[in-house]
Amino acid sequence: MSQSYERGLVEDFGRWREFSAGMWAWVFHKFTGWVLIGYLFTHIAVLSTATSGASVYNQTLGGLEELLLVRILEVGLLAVAVFHILNGIRLLFVDLGVGLDSQDKSFYASLVITGLIAIASVPTFLTGAF
Amino acid sequence: MAEHYSSFDRRGWRWFAQRVTAAFLIVVLAFHFMLLHFVNHAYEITLAGTTARMSQVGYFVTMVLFLVTATFHGVNGVYNALVNQGIDGSQKKAVATVLVAASALLVIQGIRVALAMTGMNVNF
Repeated sequence: MSQSYERGLVEDFGRWREFSAGMWAWVFHKFTGWVLIGYLFTHIAVLSTATSGASVYNQTLGGLEELLLVRILEVGLLAVAVFHILNGIRLLFVDLGVGLDSQDKSFYASLVITGLIAIASVPTFLTGAF
Repeated sequence: MAEHYSSFDRRGWRWFAQRVTAAFLIVVLAFHFMLLHFVNHAYEITLAGTTARMSQVGYFVTMVLFLVTATFHGVNGVYNALVNQGIDGSQKKAVATVLVAASALLVIQGIRVALAMTGMNVNF
């Protein structure tokens, strides 16, 4: 049976030394969420070059993809998205009251799977970057 | 036993909408990444290829729904994070106004871009 309780100001990051696995999951979910919404605005701004025709669109996307930094940031974006997805699935189960007793283990699993997928994606993202 | 722990007010419609959009976004975000980074590589993307994809009605509708749900989910998440941070009163109203305006602009521009990607002239 779940229960809620008064926990004061939630975003008191000064208490980070006291954080449990669930709190770290919450912090990482917030952080990856901020990155993803920031990226969404940037993504639409870059894709807006499609309104200026094929040459501007192709040169903009092609030019960005020639930068090694962009390729590395893409791996980071994938890691952020994968963690947010996996932890999001975990949160949906927590909301349904399923697997509450192993919510710390599912957080660690989310981190490990995110790391493995990010590492496995490196060759794909760096193809043609050098 | 672990206590239940969520930042959201469960009495509100935004709590429910955040979960519904999450369930949709889990699938579509994974699909989007897979299609545009692993099936088609980002460095090979051209407007011709983008137009070929966006000219399919199902794909176009999915991408527009992706835009709308991601905007809601992200902006609603930001709003809740700021409410958790302790904003209240006029600060809360100002943040809500700015976020709603930013969301509207993002969705309008996103749909304009999506239409341009089908080959439609959107420069009036």
